[in-house]
Amino acid sequence: MRVRAQMSMLFHLDKCIGCHTCSVACKNLWTDRKGAEYMWWNNVETRPGTGYPTGWEDQDHYKGGWKRDEKGRLKLRLQSKPAAIAKLFFNPSLPELDDYYEPFTFKYGDLFDSPQGEHQPTAEPVSKITWQPIEITSGPNWDDDLGGSDVYAANDPSMNGIDEAIRDQMSEIERVVFNYLPRICNHCLNPACVAACPSGAIYKRSEDGVVLVNEDKCRAWRMCVAACPYKKVYYNWSTGKSEKCILCFPRLETGQAPACAHSCVGRIRYMGVLLYDADKIADVASMPEDQLLDAQLDMILDPWDGQVVAAAAAAGIESDWIDAARRSPVYQFVKVWGMALPLHPEYRTAAMMFYIPPLSPVISSIEGNLTRLDLPDEREDFELLEDLDKARLPVQYLANLFSVGDEEVIRKVLKKMLAVRTYKRRQSVDGEINESTLALLEAAGTTPEEVEAIYKLTTIPTIEERFVLPPYHREMSIETLNDPLAYKGATGFGPIESPRRGA
Amino acid sequence: MNNLLFVVFPYVAATLAIVVTIIRWRRHPFSVSALSSQLLEKRKLYWGSVSFHWGITVILVMHLVVLIIPDGIDYWNGAPVRLYLLEATGIALAVWAGVGLGILLYRRMTNLRVRAVTTRADMVVLGIIAVAIITGLWTAIGYRWGSFWGTAVFVPYVRSLLIFQPRPELVEALPWVIKTHVLTAFAFLVVFPFTRLVHIITVPFGYLTRPWQKVIRMSREPGVYHPASKKPLERIKS
Ligand code: HEM
Ligand code: SF4
Ligand code: SF4
Repeated sequence: MRVRAQMSMLFHLDKCIGCHTCSVACKNLWTDRKGAEYMWWNNVETRPGTGYPTGWEDQDHYKGGWKRDEKGRLKLRLQSKPAAIAKLFFNPSLPELDDYYEPFTFKYGDLFDSPQGEHQPTAEPVSKITWQPIEITSGPNWDDDLGGSDVYAANDPSMNGIDEAIRDQMSEIERVVFNYLPRICNHCLNPACVAACPSGAIYKRSEDGVVLVNEDKCRAWRMCVAACPYKKVYYNWSTGKSEKCILCFPRLETGQAPACAHSCVGRIRYMGVLLYDADKIADVASMPEDQLLDAQLDMILDPWDGQVVAAAAAAGIESDWIDAARRSPVYQFVKVWGMALPLHPEYRTAAMMFYIPPLSPVISSIEGNLTRLDLPDEREDFELLEDLDKARLPVQYLANLFSVGDEEVIRKVLKKMLAVRTYKRRQSVDGEINESTLALLEAAGTTPEEVEAIYKLTTIPTIEERFVLPPYHREMSIETLNDPLAYKGATGFGPIESPRRGA
Repeated sequence: MNNLLFVVFPYVAATLAIVVTIIRWRRHPFSVSALSSQLLEKRKLYWGSVSFHWGITVILVMHLVVLIIPDGIDYWNGAPVRLYLLEATGIALAVWAGVGLGILLYRRMTNLRVRAVTTRADMVVLGIIAVAIITGLWTAIGYRWGSFWGTAVFVPYVRSLLIFQPRPELVEALPWVIKTHVLTAFAFLVVFPFTRLVHIITVPFGYLTRPWQKVIRMSREPGVYHPASKKPLERIKS
């Protein structure tokens, strides 16, 4: 057992309101620069939809992630090592700018400077690359809230395998459904971006698992962009270097949650430490598809287990990190309650950001002008619990996103969430819990105590409960290089030169 | 004049190429990049970059082979068929590289997005290589057979430079086209360290042997790597 720690984020999708505050916070902090305008290290997509960049989940096209060959060996879908060298001059799988969008702004000055005329002046859109007038045909979140659209929703790669009738139904106006999917880099345990980088410029920090690009070593071979199945490495066209989400490590190192999480309006995000067994990574990543999800979750270790604690200490993990791992809300949701899942585990990168899948309204029908639920009034909750297929968002769709197509996994999570909801509703509306509610909890595999705890962490957690951040002991790593006194108050990026484009 | 162009110039060029590259590498590692523009334009780059790079790289390697084992080339050229084959291959590669370069130049001048990231240095580089390819082809076709007489002229000349006993008289009597071709090589060395051409020596062959994953820890443990350090603390723990 080789224990390592991972800073992990959890997204409670049931709470995301799609406000994009997270994206804006991130943009203002990190990517509001020339060459980075089109980068959304944090983005929020409307799903079902094609996401950002368009259709990123279509790995036949983009060649992201790993695959398991007939002999059970793990291979990058993008390339073998010799092929990577041969493809340096031109990387056929690299997305083009139009797969994202051409960054633009408006000539606001014209509103003030235009000569007097018959008509009001307008602010013409111009490209932020060429500064020529452009016609804007796409942009960040161009498909925002376009649930049921035959351009976006209908072309969602994760809709594959869903019944034709259900797909048709999802584009009917009364049955339209969508939810939001906020995404950042998953800081994977088996990152494809690291494996694909010919220069060896990308690495994973073992102390907190953050995956970073060493910009001094990046040579613009841009294999990482193609290899990341989540398309979370971006190429800066101005500096000629690749960039990605850094999990706000300068903030983490100073005890603050990443900007996206900190600013989250829906308070859907949780941060915490997970301990995992690094010896298992290779085996887990090459598991057959039906065992992938379980194997990945099994890699996460129990911070209360004496053996784990001893091994962690032996691996140099400080006791306050182990303590943080015990209080980690991510561990609680993922391992204790079994409610959170990684996004697309079938990409085999062992993604380390977790999602609680969203509940959706039940399917309703319209009679006359009235919207009517297809459920008997007195027992709605129970009906739904027994028959989750009445939920508007097909369970299979969620399974395609989070559980390699295994619907049972999703059903279990949704049932637990419904049980919590029903229990708390009975408690606050009826003022008492009756037999049938208790039976419902049992059917969902939970208990009143657990329900209360889930409710508390889901609905009314304090900021300290949402973000359990371990102390980083920067003073120790600084000591390896510099006099800590001289560097007091100056931790963060360390010595860098200004990011000017080379000639 | 001959001394200036064929003795002083090559030494200045080589010194610049070596010294400036080392300084740039150590002091400004961020600036070392192939500066890909593929994100901005893909189709023309495919036709341009792939043909240009394969053509030019093989030709440069062939130049190097001639320099290292001229006897081998002479032996190969002993039979006329093989001489024709070698020359034809060279010309074909040069044409291939030339067409690729033409596409790259056209792309840099016409595509607005690519123009936004095009610097004067880029045009100078493409210009020098264009002159090199044109004069090289001209030599190959106009002054047959280069690979045959070249081993008796260029090889001793370049070697004389390398052992610091320059013999510029070897190239003195050559026609101006061939002289220009030789000079573009030195011009290439001059611009090499100041432009994106440094990417040529960054070809990451280390990738072939390194493990897939790379995990780094900052700590006081001996032999462990600090990513921001320029000191040789570097060790990869995977
Ligand atoms: C053999 C190893 C080489 C590799 C791996 C390599 C790789 C690259 C890459 C990735 C680019 C950027 C292409 C893009 O825009 O995406 C590039 C551009 C370029 N390379 Fe190379 N190169 C190599 C050798 C050479 C050689 C030998 C020369 C010249 C003699 C050369 C001259 C150029 C030039 C002029 C450009 C700019 C092309 C443009 O106008 O866009 N390269 N190279
Ligand atoms: S999600 Fe992040 S760590 Fe994983 S492959 Fe992509 S860029 Fe790398
Ligand atoms: S800030 Fe929070 S609630 Fe708003 S879109 Fe982002 S993740 Fe969702």
